[in-house]
Amino acid sequence: MNRHLLSAGDLSRDDAELVLSTAAELRELADRPIKKLPALRGRTVVNLFFEDSTRTRISFEAAAKRLSADVINFSAKGSSLSKGESLKDTALTLEAMGADAVVVRHGASGAPHRLAHSGWVRSSVVNAGDGTHEHPTQALLDAFTLWRHLGGSRAGGLEGRRVAIVGDVLHSRVARSNALLLRTLGVDVTLVAPPTLLPVGIETWPVDTSYDLDAVLPKVDAVMMLRVQRERMSGGFFPTAREYSRRYGLDGRRMATLQDHTIVMHPGPMVRGMEITADVADSDRSVIVEQVTNGVAVRMAVLYLLLGGNQPAVSTGTTNEADE
Amino acid sequence: MPAHPREAGSDQSAPRVVLDDRDIGRALTRISHEILERNKGAADLVLLGIPSRGVPLAQRIAERIASVEGYAVPVGSLDVTMYRDDLRLKPARALLPTEIPPGGVDGRTVVLVDDVLFSGRTIRAALDALNDLGRPRAVRLAVLVDRGHRELPIRADFVGKNLPTSLVERVRVTLAGIDEVDAVTIQAATVRDEEVTA
Amino acid sequence: MSTYLIKNAAVLGGEPTDLLLRDGVIAGLGAGLEAPDGAELVDATGLVALPGLVDLHTHLREPGREDAETVESGTRAAALGGFTAVHAMANTEPVADTAGVVEQVWRLGREAGYCDVYPVGAVTVGLQGQQLAELGAMADSAARVRVFSDDGKCVSDAVLMRRALEYVKAFGGVIAQHAQEPRLTEGAQMNEGPLSGRLGLTGWPAVAEEAIIARDCLLAEHVRSRLHVCHVSTAGSVQIVREAKARGVDVTAEACPHHLLLTDDLAATYDPVYKVNPPLRSAADVEAVQAGLADGTIDIVATDHAPHPHEDKDCEWAAAAFGMLGLETALSVVQQTMVDTGLLDWAGVAERMSATPARIGRIEGHGRPLAVGEPANVVLHDPAARRVVDPVESASLSRNTPYRGMELPGRVVATFLRGSATVLDGKVQ
Repeated sequence: MNRHLLSAGDLSRDDAELVLSTAAELRELADRPIKKLPALRGRTVVNLFFEDSTRTRISFEAAAKRLSADVINFSAKGSSLSKGESLKDTALTLEAMGADAVVVRHGASGAPHRLAHSGWVRSSVVNAGDGTHEHPTQALLDAFTLWRHLGGSRAGGLEGRRVAIVGDVLHSRVARSNALLLRTLGVDVTLVAPPTLLPVGIETWPVDTSYDLDAVLPKVDAVMMLRVQRERMSGGFFPTAREYSRRYGLDGRRMATLQDHTIVMHPGPMVRGMEITADVADSDRSVIVEQVTNGVAVRMAVLYLLLGGNQPAVSTGTTNEADE
Repeated sequence: MPAHPREAGSDQSAPRVVLDDRDIGRALTRISHEILERNKGAADLVLLGIPSRGVPLAQRIAERIASVEGYAVPVGSLDVTMYRDDLRLKPARALLPTEIPPGGVDGRTVVLVDDVLFSGRTIRAALDALNDLGRPRAVRLAVLVDRGHRELPIRADFVGKNLPTSLVERVRVTLAGIDEVDAVTIQAATVRDEEVTA
Repeated sequence: MSTYLIKNAAVLGGEPTDLLLRDGVIAGLGAGLEAPDGAELVDATGLVALPGLVDLHTHLREPGREDAETVESGTRAAALGGFTAVHAMANTEPVADTAGVVEQVWRLGREAGYCDVYPVGAVTVGLQGQQLAELGAMADSAARVRVFSDDGKCVSDAVLMRRALEYVKAFGGVIAQHAQEPRLTEGAQMNEGPLSGRLGLTGWPAVAEEAIIARDCLLAEHVRSRLHVCHVSTAGSVQIVREAKARGVDVTAEACPHHLLLTDDLAATYDPVYKVNPPLRSAADVEAVQAGLADGTIDIVATDHAPHPHEDKDCEWAAAAFGMLGLETALSVVQQTMVDTGLLDWAGVAERMSATPARIGRIEGHGRPLAVGEPANVVLHDPAARRVVDPVESASLSRNTPYRGMELPGRVVATFLRGSATVLDGKVQ
């Protein structure tokens, strides 16, 4: 594995499956009396969050603490006045504090790349969401959830499965990361959105696209709904919220057209009534709450594989032969 | 320093079988009886194999106990990767399965099962791992092979075979199911890279 | 003033010959010239002699952003690049929208003395795009402004652009348009294409440039005025200009060196040194721009030299300023992309980097042929040299060159401004 996790595209199939199988083991920790492992003792993980996200930050914090790492939280609302000074100067401060890993969430696409490649810090950089670019750990926890439900938690278990990702693909870092990672794991991905919410050049992505949600739903094993912001109306991306939910919202009627085993996912936070209705979000098909639980295990796996040894884990052909 | 006579000018020689499948079977049977004897029966026993090969060994011991006592002793596995003291010396390692049987370890007699006992560090890690899972009444250790060269004050309670070895030799246990056949082999290798320094 | 005898220079890449520069003019041109007393000898064996280069598009940042560049530092960089005249764009602080500011910039140029500075006047007050600036006053000032531009911003209001085009006819001025439809490029960061979608950076679609150019060509045609299009960057833009010229529209166009060489895949590094407006485009666009420059559709090369201080580039992409340095590397980049590939010869370079820019800017004394009696504005360039671009060595106060670490061909050895050496042996005098 690479020293940094900046994009879901950084992970080979072996890397991705290693994260999943590691997460599977770590998920059991939640049921144990002592929810702690010593693997990252003495390591310092810094959560550098320039965007408000209590949920993701807490998830990473829990993950690091359960591995006995020291956690430092730094929340800086990216000041428009100081612009990039915030990122670089903050990075230099962290470096002085001796961070082993920096988990960064930032409103500008590519900010984690700059952090990783600028020479400001020596630590591993984990992208916790950058602008509209990527959110690799979200994709990993989504893949982990799919793997448990559809893949039998086995290697290669997701091969040939079909997943629809529905909503504002253009502005969604979750969509980008998922499209890359699911493809790596052998999943057939279909993106469903109005034409205005699909990026230029989408035909070069390893996915299918469709403007017709009703046609796609019966064919898939999982539906992932993306958050759609009402504010997008002002950019002319769709005329009204009503028209959007009518054409692309997942409601009870559409849910009934899904196959029996098909699950419904959402990265959160949901805009109930816009892309998803309450009855769907709260139904048995919905694994939305489980996604959150899986998030801690997956983030533990990522931190362990990056920081647990003297180098990130080597995912191909590892034998675990040990000295007794 | 004079070269070790065995490896002077030689490449790896062919592995020598020191226990074949029947030897292994007899050793496991004896171990199973010794466990029952020491424990005065099968009550409150939990067998935890250390992956990878400790696990099928634990299974086989459990089967033998079941055929003798008519009682299914709980069997599981205990991965020690995260507790290893050499974690930071190599790239992060993949985790192996930990399955604690229902009923847990509190108040039970846990018998750790592994294939080879060598430096003792794996068992120390297993004790730490066990400590985070609960508080057994007692912990015992059963190994198929004890090859000496302990680096920590750790000893096995039940041993299949004591096998004095030199540090340049390599002991391998293969078990049908994971490997092709049941066997314990010794191979005289050339000096390993880790030992070349100074 | 010194007298220089330049020996064995390949004038416009032709046969080696000698040039005598005396009293600010070319006093002799021919083989085997004799050195008069006190003349300094310049051995130009292997060097190409070109008329002093003229840049129609430079940002000198003074007044207001002296942390990025000053007239003095910028003109030093210009001299090192072989330029004897530069047009300083109006987006300073305060904006150059009055006679007072343009005269100040003009005077600073004269005081520094490294090359002639021709201030460009803003088209609209404060570059706000609402009201015409006092174009006539600027034209009549000591700076004698003839080129007007809101560069940095687009004159997007069609009526205002029409009026500007009409108004400057009175004094032979030209409107130089920065073609960028503002609504189509809100929040834009890089070329719109498959890569922008993958990188999560808002796209700057080619149509936003092309639509404005098409409109402006039609307006210029309608009101019978002349138009100059800044930094053409897309294949579509080249085609629109080509068709407009074929119809007889009085339009000229410029291309920047970076749009002759660099493509948008550099943005994948997220390094803002590659962030520029208009953005780096696709390989097909680069090819079309090169072809357009070769066939004359694009009349000139202009640098759009845009210095920025460290903190405006040493950050995440979205927070970074747009712009790249260009004065010191322009001739090398043109050599690599146009001369060494056989698309242009040195005479063609002289045309596009000296004669034509001077003509568009209506400036006298520059862009003249290398002939006896003409002002001694000469640059000597070594095409065989190769150098790795090191930002630290730049004369500019800023360091944002996209060519850092790249090996480029050619090196300016000497630059003469009206017979005075501003650069000798590659060093500023």
